[in-house]
Amino acid sequence: MDNVSLKVSNLRTHFLTRRGIVKAVDGVDFELRRGECLCLVGESGCGKTVTALSILRLFDSPPGKIVGGQISYDGLDLAKCSLRQLRQIRGKDIAIVFQEAQSALNPVLTIGDQIIEQIKLHLPLDYSMARDRTISLLSEMGIPSAKRVLSYYPHQLSGGMKQRVLIAMSLSCDPQILIADEPTTAVDVTIKAQILDIFHELKASRQLSTIFITHDLAVVAEIGDRAVIMYGGKDVETAPVSEIINNPKHPYTSGLIECLPDVSKTADRLASIPGTTPNPIEMPKGCAFHPRCPKAMKICKQQEPPEIITSKEHKVSCHLYT
Amino acid sequence: MKHMLNHKLLKIRNLKKYYPVTAGLFSRHVGDIKAVDGVTFDISEKEIIGLVGESGCGKSTLGKTIPRLEEPTSGEILYKGTDVAKLDKKGLRELRREIQIIFQDPDASLDPRMTVGDSICEPLIIHNIGDEKKRMERVVELMEQVGLEATQANLYPHEFSGGQKQRIGIARALAMNPKLIIADEPVSALDVSIQAQILNLMMDIQERLGLAYLFIAHDLSVIKHMAHRIAVMYLGKIVELADKRETFDNPLHPYTEALLSAAPSFKSKDKDRILLRGDVPSPLNPPAGCHFHPRCHRVLPICNQQEPELAEISEGHFAACHLYKSL
Repeated sequence: MDNVSLKVSNLRTHFLTRRGIVKAVDGVDFELRRGECLCLVGESGCGKTVTALSILRLFDSPPGKIVGGQISYDGLDLAKCSLRQLRQIRGKDIAIVFQEAQSALNPVLTIGDQIIEQIKLHLPLDYSMARDRTISLLSEMGIPSAKRVLSYYPHQLSGGMKQRVLIAMSLSCDPQILIADEPTTAVDVTIKAQILDIFHELKASRQLSTIFITHDLAVVAEIGDRAVIMYGGKDVETAPVSEIINNPKHPYTSGLIECLPDVSKTADRLASIPGTTPNPIEMPKGCAFHPRCPKAMKICKQQEPPEIITSKEHKVSCHLYT
Repeated sequence: MKHMLNHKLLKIRNLKKYYPVTAGLFSRHVGDIKAVDGVTFDISEKEIIGLVGESGCGKSTLGKTIPRLEEPTSGEILYKGTDVAKLDKKGLRELRREIQIIFQDPDASLDPRMTVGDSICEPLIIHNIGDEKKRMERVVELMEQVGLEATQANLYPHEFSGGQKQRIGIARALAMNPKLIIADEPVSALDVSIQAQILNLMMDIQERLGLAYLFIAHDLSVIKHMAHRIAVMYLGKIVELADKRETFDNPLHPYTEALLSAAPSFKSKDKDRILLRGDVPSPLNPPAGCHFHPRCHRVLPICNQQEPELAEISEGHFAACHLYKSL
């Protein structure tokens, strides 16, 4: 247990909308171990981002609400603790890097002001100490002439630079846990490689526990230690990354891997998963994946699959293995 | 397949598209954004050319300039021998029957207040083809061709998922029986499981109807899957153009090398990665000499002085790089 820095059990986050209840996250379980990079993988609408936001309760309420489950961190249940307690944790113990660097930065404040503000909020440092800390963080992120960048506004930086600034900001208070929500999705390939490189270095130098959210399995292979595959608001498979890629158990996981065009593949035709991702208001009965599953059985339509532990580190929710 | 590619459908010669930049009260002309800066290549019949590059390299502008959705600044666009740049309105309309575009964002390219049947039918009306009954038949045929059901013709775009919307975009592009389709990042807004469906559909259609594609993408794995030949663009210029296999097995230009090594892949995990320093420079004020030299890992003294020309290094393999000048 000591090895676990965050444990999410049976988390359910629902959104009450006019058209019905959107069960964005509907029973997610995982644990984040110290120093590991855990990837949450899935397509749009699978609930991976809402899971991350739920950890720090960073969604509008109403309509969003955590209706069940626990998020244990450091003896505290983040799903139920007061906002006051949560505010102490946000940005300090658990930091988050958002997907769109452009909208995550305040356009009318300089880069320096935005980072220094956060440091002064959480740490007992005066302005000049906070400023020095900011400069060293920015240079650690590979930003050239970090001192000058302090006085820049976000629009003066390129997409890749903004993403680095965000990572620097998230690290400014030495968090225990970093949540990165698709940090490489909106950037070009060469910049993506640079950002992934930063995450590699962080892992080596800071012993940070990271939750890395992505839809890109190639990125997972590159950066992750373990991965949680999500579908329809649930975790369907959890295993070490090499297991996920070489020995996927859930038909959805294998489908995802096969349908990916890869630079090292030479197949003429891509395998594809038929149909589309389900509507979160009307989830299919039984296993949410059954209408698209090539191996669907009768039971899949009726009963939700139980979680099955196939080996010590590998669990999957699928009737095939009962 | 490849030996059949002799008939040139489109020849582009030294094509340029500059956007003037103005400043001050009198809109003084202070410079140009050279979005496309001297591009030369051919597309043969039934050929798929993959055009790859990072954002801002001019690949989309190039795609839009070919059917003259953007007016070219200079250069020639020869479609079956006629210069597109000199066509009048009537000629242009004829041309656009044969060259169609599929856009990146299927949401933005469909009118939310038109049923998808009407959207697909619209080009038929504009070009005055058939009577109402014939057109409806054609719409049904097109929808079935892209894997939709005819009954869905009366629905509005918001009732479809992203992948289905992209299918509608493809059906609309096919309505006029085009010869060349310019596909501008057609799958980059889609989820991976849907992406594979659309790529397969585009491959099937290409084979069945014998189309040529200019397939624009930033994702090398997608390009590798689709294309016969690959053109790599950097800051408004083509820096390398070769057969797909050549590009992947024997990349010549250092930028292509870096792009290839930057593409994450789960099959070859522990490769040595060429990390490019910095960002793509502004096309308003590109570096002197070879535009790539400030980020290049194999830079020579000559690179910041003289701009390399696109030259044929080995048969069918073109590169614009000083490293291969002596050959």
